[in-house]
This record gives sequence, C-alpha cells and structure tokens, in this order.
Amino acid sequence: MYTLVNRLIANMETIIREGTPKTPYVRLDGENGLVEIKGRSIPENSVEFYKPIIDWLEKFGEEPAAETGVNIQLEYFNTSSSKCILDIFKRLELIHKKGNKVEINWYYEEDDEDMFEAGEDYQSIINVPFKMIEMEE
Amino acid sequence: MGFELKNWYTEKKQGEVVLEYNGSITSDLISEALDSIEKSLNLKNEKNRVRKKVYNVFVECLQNLYHHVDLPPVTAPVEQESNFGIIILSKDGTFYRISTGNFVKKEKLSYIKDRIDQVNSLSDEEVRMLYRDILSNEEFSDKGGGGLGMLDIVRKTGNKLEYYFYEFDDEYIFFSLDVYIS
Repeated sequence: MYTLVNRLIANMETIIREGTPKTPYVRLDGENGLVEIKGRSIPENSVEFYKPIIDWLEKFGEEPAAETGVNIQLEYFNTSSSKCILDIFKRLELIHKKGNKVEINWYYEEDDEDMFEAGEDYQSIINVPFKMIEMEE
Repeated sequence: MGFELKNWYTEKKQGEVVLEYNGSITSDLISEALDSIEKSLNLKNEKNRVRKKVYNVFVECLQNLYHHVDLPPVTAPVEQESNFGIIILSKDGTFYRISTGNFVKKEKLSYIKDRIDQVNSLSDEEVRMLYRDILSNEEFSDKGGGGLGMLDIVRKTGNKLEYYFYEFDDEYIFFSLDVYIS
C-alpha cells in the first residue's frame, strides 16, 4: 500500500482545464504547489465539476509541496459552487494544519462588493492565511 | 375571474424587455439565455458592479427553476414540456426586474411561502449571517444550493423578494416571483 501511495504522488499530474461559459479555468500544479481557479463558476451540477479537483487536493495533501499558493480569481459563482469552493478550502486547511505553508489569494475587482463579501465569508470560516487582493478594472 | 397568463405577461414586460423565455428550463437553455443577455446593449452600458449582479442573480433564478420546476398542468395555455418555466428580464426605469413564473402543485405552496417569508423577514446583517451559517454547516444535496439560492438573491440585490400565488385550478397554482436589481 505504501509503495502504491508513493507512486501516485510521484506521478501526481498537473491538471489544467480551460474555462467554459459556465466553468472556470483550473490549474492544479503539485510540483510547484500552485492551485488556480479563474473565471466564472455556474454549472448546474457543481459537485460533478469539482469532484476531480477535491480528489486531486486530497492526494496532494498526502505529500504537499513545501509551500502552496492558491489564487482564486472568480468573476462570479452560483450558490451550488459556493459549497464546493469551501470544500477546496477545507482540504487546504488540513494541509495547513499539518504545518505546511499555504496561502490563499482572493482576487476581486475594485467595485465588486459581492466578490469582496464572498471572500470575507470564506475568510471567516476557514483557518488559513487569506489575502484579499483588489484589482483595478 | 381565473388566472390569465396573458395579463401576467403584460405586467412583467413593462419597460424594456432584455430577455423573455418560456418553455423547458434545461442546462443548454441557461447557457443560451446568459449568452444572450451578455450581448444586450442595456447591460453592456451598465457599470461592472450592476452588470455582474444582474448576470449572477439571473443565473441563480434560472437554476432555481431548473432544480425545482415540474410539468405544467395539462389545461395550462402553454406547451406541455417537462421543466416548464418562464423568465423575463426587463429594464424598468432605474432598475432591472427578473420575473419568473411556474406552475406548482398546491401542496408545495406553504413550503415556498414560508421559505420566502423567512428570508424577507431578515435584516441585511441577518441574511449575511444565515448565509455563512448554511454555507459552513449544512450538507448540500446533489441538486446544489441547500437553500442558499433565495438567500443569495436577497443578499446580492438588497431587496425583498416579491411573490404572488395565483390559483390556477384545484390542483395547481401559478407561482410568480419578482426580483429587483438597482
């Protein structure tokens, strides 16, 4: 079992998914400790969309990079995505709890109060360094 | 006098209609409708903040229909399609109005009414707190929102939900919901 897990980690693939009108661009790069989600997230079935990402993070969490940078730059998202995004953060929180460096960067456009407040929601729920970054339009 | 769908339409189409649809609410339809309102000049000329709010709330309203609507009653003056719903986005003066309409069985009335009344009774701060509470504590169904949809709409628009139930026949009511964004 141990060797199997090791092999999985060694072969941890980088996942890149291009954005679509309903789903965001996603980049999961284990080697460089990079998690990026950009664009909009409004699929009807968010659980289905996010499951491979959650699975990847679970595997990554078994032997994470020394530092993990997380960039979330969403235009907007639906309520069914909101829970999945929280699930991602909970996975990252576990990695952080084990003593690994994790930082979440939450990007929002300067006049976008909704995306700012959404960032605040997550910041209040999870215990990971969480930076709010304002972008000029 | 019984419920007249025509009159309902006339009322909801006051102002400039950006998008109007009635029929089956499918995943593809939601993509097409969003694509279509993104091309609307009215919205293109709006501030970023308003434009995104309209897109976001519009999608939430449509997905609410997508997850919850049923077959219309056989006697309704509409096509017999599963997932039947109506959505109208209009710009009326200084605000945007999103109106949805769908037929529901009478037994669902009190559930929907209680849900909306509860959300409407909350202050902005209470809405925010309840949203966070549900987000962090409740298991979501595969369908999605776990009750966050209505709450999210009220939070983003800062306005109460306006709803009406029209008696259609012994079995069905027509549920009408208006959301205002300014």
